[in-house]
Amino acid sequence: MLGFLFQRVLQAAAVIVVMSVVVFIGVYAIGNPIDVMIDPAADQKLRAALIARYGLDQPLVVQYFYFAKNVLSGDLGESMVYRLPVMQLILSRFPATLELALSAMVIATVVGIPLGIWAGYRPDAMSSKVIMGLSVLGFSVPTFWVGLLLILAFAVEIGILPSGGRGTVGTLFGIPTSLATWDGIQHLILPALNLSLFKMGLLIRLTRAGMQEAMSADYVRFARAQGLGDGEVIFRHVLKNIAIPIVTVFGLEFGSTLAFAVVTETIFNWPGMGKLIIDSIITLDRPVMVAYLILVVFLFVVINLVVDLAYGQLDPRIRTRGAS
Amino acid sequence: MTGEGRLARFAAFWDDYRQSWIAVAALAVVVLTLGLAFAAPLVAPQNPYDLQALDLGDARLPPGETGSAGYVHWLGTDSAGRDLFSAILYGLRISFLIGVLAGAFALVIGATIGLVAAYYGGRIEALIMRIVDLQLSLPAILLALVLVALLGQGLGQLVAALVAAQYAYFARTTHGAASAERRKDYIEAALSTPLPAGRVLFRHLLPNALPPLIVVATVQVANAIALEATLSFLGLGLPVTTPSLGSLISNGFQYLLSGRYWISIYPGIALMIVVVAINLVGDQVRHVLNPRRSR
Repeated sequence: MLGFLFQRVLQAAAVIVVMSVVVFIGVYAIGNPIDVMIDPAADQKLRAALIARYGLDQPLVVQYFYFAKNVLSGDLGESMVYRLPVMQLILSRFPATLELALSAMVIATVVGIPLGIWAGYRPDAMSSKVIMGLSVLGFSVPTFWVGLLLILAFAVEIGILPSGGRGTVGTLFGIPTSLATWDGIQHLILPALNLSLFKMGLLIRLTRAGMQEAMSADYVRFARAQGLGDGEVIFRHVLKNIAIPIVTVFGLEFGSTLAFAVVTETIFNWPGMGKLIIDSIITLDRPVMVAYLILVVFLFVVINLVVDLAYGQLDPRIRTRGAS
Repeated sequence: MTGEGRLARFAAFWDDYRQSWIAVAALAVVVLTLGLAFAAPLVAPQNPYDLQALDLGDARLPPGETGSAGYVHWLGTDSAGRDLFSAILYGLRISFLIGVLAGAFALVIGATIGLVAAYYGGRIEALIMRIVDLQLSLPAILLALVLVALLGQGLGQLVAALVAAQYAYFARTTHGAASAERRKDYIEAALSTPLPAGRVLFRHLLPNALPPLIVVATVQVANAIALEATLSFLGLGLPVTTPSLGSLISNGFQYLLSGRYWISIYPGIALMIVVVAINLVGDQVRHVLNPRRSR
């Protein structure tokens, strides 16, 4: 087990190092940020001074070396637009994104799983076909377009919800969150719903597939033969058996929810990390781009590692195969 | 295989396909929109890319108004005075072009990588599939976003970003299907003849690994169209002078709150219809080609 753990952690670290090199070179390849920062009429001396200040006159390898050294000591550089340490900037935006992503996951779970259970339990009912049709829509219609429709319907036509921004942030159990105030919740509903639709579609399909497979399994037939009602069979036996794959996939999807927040945050003007990365791409704010990308890669690698290790715990066969 | 055999197989496929009227309708929609997109210069009343033909006096006309050129703008006009119906047809053209180009390149590159991995096995296979899996664990939208940011704006760059974000799906699918075929006797037999490996790979292994690839290709074309629209909406796609569906929607977004809904909504409906129709076709093809399906 220790060998397996060591091997996987080493692999994850290698991936992060490789990705950081790729990201660094990639971001370096796009335009000179100095030209964006200063007035074109500024004299050469000022330009040279700025280039030296950011270390842009050094060879790429040296720049990467300094960059890696700083990252390891927790310093990801300073934003060229906000003039703030990047770490501080991203962390200040992180709670808003986390709140949005978690709310979306909750909505997707609360709505998606019951619908999936129903669609798997009665696959031929009209209602199940409607549910499956809607899940295809949730899957295939682009997020940003659904966001526009939500704004048009609820903010422009009916006019009961705000079209964008984050409302008043209060504190709940010592954590600053929009959920603490009514205004905050009103601002959160549309973006959270928008972000949840894709996961909801996915969850409906996963749950339905699991249900259908389980309902024809021997243990279900046996439970029925014992005289248990359908409700009891589903909630006492089937749910337990289909929970594991659903939880796993959902755990993996959390990372992509954070990534998809890029689109939702732009539409609803939500002041999170996603909005920050789009702004930094448009203004060529190099340190913010690099830091965001490395953080995202780090997050994904950690999530994958945890899932891998959990699988190794659950299924010894994976462990031995991985170590050989 | 003889021409007649192919025809018979296609007829059998079509018999299965048309069992679902929704899928037939979706196919009809795809064919119709493709036709309209191809024929855009003949059908559209205006060339929306010809800046000289645009009149700012016609800007933001609501649907059904007659513009200065003397014809009715059935879907209204955008902020530059473009007839939206024409702009949507030309936008569809760009969206289809990008979707098909990205899908085709991703298919060729991904399938080759998957085949090579399945054929060689061992360390090469482990290394390739490790990279592919790593990429699959990252969301395509994020990869495309980063690549467009790095490569810059333009049609070529956009397609390159989409291909880089999508090839992994093809590689994974091809690898899965090809490694199952690889162990079968007919491949072993073909490899024991003096035929070059490349010929065995592409003439024998690939055709038999094809059905799942076709399904992935359909869905990926729809995904590429949706991704391109998303990137353009975020302001990272094509320039506003040659608007795709995504940039049309993006341009209209700022007018949405003031009630000029049509600038965003009509291109959006066109986008939604195309993407959903392609997905429905893909779903049915998957259903028909599924070998485990009970007949």
